[in-house]
Amino acid sequence: MRLKVNYDIAFTHILTRKKQTLVAAMGVTVGIALYIFSNSIVSGVSSYTKLNMFKTIPHIRIHKEDEISKSLIATDSTTFNLISNPKITTTSKTIINPYGLIDQLKKQPYVLNAAPQVNVDLFYSSGKSQLKGMASGIDVQAADAMFNITSTMLAGNLENLSSDLNGIVIGRGIAEKLNLRMGDNLSIISSLGVSKVLKVIGVFATDNRATDDSKSYIHLATAQQLIGGNPTSVTDIYVKLSNPDSSGVYAPRLQQLTQYKVEDWQIENADQLAQSKLTGTMTPLISFSIMLVASFGIYNIINMTITQKMNDIAILKANGFKGKDIIKIFLTEAFIMGAFGTLLGVSIGAILVYIAKGIYVGPPVGYFPVRFDASIFISGIFFGLFVSLGAGYFPARKAAKIDPVDIFRK
Amino acid sequence: MKKEVILATKGLSKYFLEPVKFKVLDDVSFEVMKGEFLTIVGKSGSGKSTLLYCLSTMDTDYEGELLISNQRITGQKADTLASIRNEKIGFVFQFHYLLPEFSCLKNVMIPALKLGEHSYEEIEEKAYEKLNILGLADQALKDASKLSGGQQQRVAIARALINEPDIIMGDEPTGNLDSKNTAIVFDIFQQIAQDYGQTIIAVTHDNDFAKASHRTIEMADGKIISHQKIFE
Ligand SMILES: Nc1ncnc2c1ncn2[C@@H]1O[C@H](COP(=O)(O)OP(=O)(O)O)[C@@H](O)[C@H]1O
Ligand SMILES: [Mg+2]
Repeated sequence: MRLKVNYDIAFTHILTRKKQTLVAAMGVTVGIALYIFSNSIVSGVSSYTKLNMFKTIPHIRIHKEDEISKSLIATDSTTFNLISNPKITTTSKTIINPYGLIDQLKKQPYVLNAAPQVNVDLFYSSGKSQLKGMASGIDVQAADAMFNITSTMLAGNLENLSSDLNGIVIGRGIAEKLNLRMGDNLSIISSLGVSKVLKVIGVFATDNRATDDSKSYIHLATAQQLIGGNPTSVTDIYVKLSNPDSSGVYAPRLQQLTQYKVEDWQIENADQLAQSKLTGTMTPLISFSIMLVASFGIYNIINMTITQKMNDIAILKANGFKGKDIIKIFLTEAFIMGAFGTLLGVSIGAILVYIAKGIYVGPPVGYFPVRFDASIFISGIFFGLFVSLGAGYFPARKAAKIDPVDIFRK
Repeated sequence: MKKEVILATKGLSKYFLEPVKFKVLDDVSFEVMKGEFLTIVGKSGSGKSTLLYCLSTMDTDYEGELLISNQRITGQKADTLASIRNEKIGFVFQFHYLLPEFSCLKNVMIPALKLGEHSYEEIEEKAYEKLNILGLADQALKDASKLSGGQQQRVAIARALINEPDIIMGDEPTGNLDSKNTAIVFDIFQQIAQDYGQTIIAVTHDNDFAKASHRTIEMADGKIISHQKIFE
C-alpha cells in the first residue's frame, strides 16, 4: 500500500530535515521524561504517605462519642434559665453488641475487614520513670491484617501476643525512653487505676514518632480487664475499605448502620491531606508548563518549515490541494515529531523511575518513594501527542490560509 | 465541427484598495474556445497577471462572472475551486515552483496522486510519458533541484499536463528562458493545442511567441484594447 500523497509529502519533509526533526522531538522527549518522572515521584510520595498513615490509623473508626450531660429539667423561653453544669458523662465508652455490628459491617461489599479494639489510656512505668500512652487490645490476626503490624516489628513476634495475656508489644520510643529490652517487665496503670505488670515480647517501629513513643499492643482480654469491662467490651471498631480514597462516600452509609460515631480518616487527617492535595493541584500545572515549553520546539520547526516552503504550498494549492490537505501535511509532520519524541520520553522516563526506585535514601523512608503507575505513562503518551498536534495545528492552519496568488506575484 | 466555448468572462472588474483604490481590471469580457492557443499581451502593469489569476480560480475577489465549461465558477467554495483546478487546469509560471526534495517524476505525479483517479503505477507511467514528450525521460529520477532552469521549466509543463486538463494557463512561461528553450516550450504548447485539443491561455511579452499563437488579446489599463483573431 502506497502512502496517500499528503502523507508522502509530510514524510519527505521529515526525512529531508532529520536534524530539525530530531531537535523538535528532543523538546518533547525532555518534557515527557520530566512529566513522567515528576508525576511518578508525586504519586510515590503520596502513596508512601498514605501507606504510612494506614500503619496506625484505620480507614474508618467507629466508637462511642463523649456525651455531654443534659440538664434534667426541660428549659424553654417561657421558664427561668436554670444554672446547670454540663460535662462529659462518665458512662462506659464501650460499644453495645460490637460483634453484631462487626458482622453487619463485614457484609458491606466495600468493606474488606472490620476488627474490634479496646483502647486504653495509661501510664507506662519502669522504676521511677513514667510515660503516658495508649495500649490497644487487639484481635491479633484481624489487627495484623489491617495494619500489617508484623512488617513494623523490630524484635519479637506479634503472633505470640494472641496466646499471651501478660505480654506487651511496645513502640520503639517507649523501649528507648524506659530502657526496656525483650523479656523485661513493664508496669502499666490504666486511667481507671487498674494496674498490671506485663512482659515485653516485642518492639515495633512505624517511623511515626508520636506513635512509636506512646503506643503498645496487648491482648484484647488484658485490655478489657484494664477498663474494668467484660469479655465482650469493645471501645473501637476499625474498618478497612477496599478503596480508602472513597471513604467520604462510604462513611455516611456506614453511619446508617449504627448510632455510634463513624469517623472517616480523610476528615480526621484533613491537615495532612490538604498538603498532598496542594501538590496534587500543582503537579498538573507544572506538567502543563513543561509541555508548553516542550511543544515550542515543534511549533518553531513547523513554523520555519512553512516559512521556507511558501512556494511549495502555493503550487500545491494551485494544483488543487485544499486547505485541509495542507493542514494534514503539517499536522502529520508534527505528529511524527511528537510521536518520536514521546516514545523516547516515555522510555527515558521509565528508566529514570527505575533508577530512582533503586536509590536507598535511608530510614525512615527506605527506598526512594517513586511509583511505576501505568496511568502516568498512558497520560504522558496522550499528553505528548496532544501537545505536539496542538503545536503543529496553529502554524498548519496559517499555512492553509496562504493565498497562492500573493506568492506567485512576487 | 462547431467550436465550443471552454472559458468565458462577463464584465470582469477588479479593484486594488492598497495603496490607493484603483481599478486594475475594467469590464473585461471575452470567450476562449476549446483547443485555442490564446496569448495575452500588454505593457507591464496593464493587468495581464491579475486577469490570469482571476481566470485561474485562485483569485476570487472580483466583480462580474467567470465560466469554465459552462459551469459558473464565480461564488463557488474554496474547496470546490481546488477540485476544479486539480481536474481541469494546469499551471506554468515564470518560475517553475517544483518541490525541491522530490524527483522530477514525483513532482509530475503529485497533481495526479491528488486527483486519485488512477493507480500509483498508472500515474507513474503517465508521468514518464509526459516527461518523454518534453525530452526529459532520462532526468525523471533526479531531484528537481539538480536540473537546469530550462529543464525545470519543462518538468513544470509536464506537471501541468499530467491530469490532461482542459486548460493550461501560463504567466510568462518563457520569461526566464533563453531563446532555445523558449522555442521548445512554444513548440510544445502548439503541439498540445493541436494534437490533444487542450486550450492554452498564456500571458507573454514575447512578440514572436504571441504572433505564433491562434489569437492575441492586448490589454492596457485593465481593459482589452484589441482582439487579433486568427483562430476561428
Ligand atoms: N497585490 C496588489 N496590490 C496592489 N496593487 C497591485 C497588486 N498586484 C498588482 N498590483 C498592481 O496592479 C497593476 C496590474 O498588475 P499586473 O496584473 O501584475 O500587471 P502585468 O502582469 O500586466 O504586468 C499594476 O499596477 C500593479 O502594480
Ligand atoms: Mg505580470
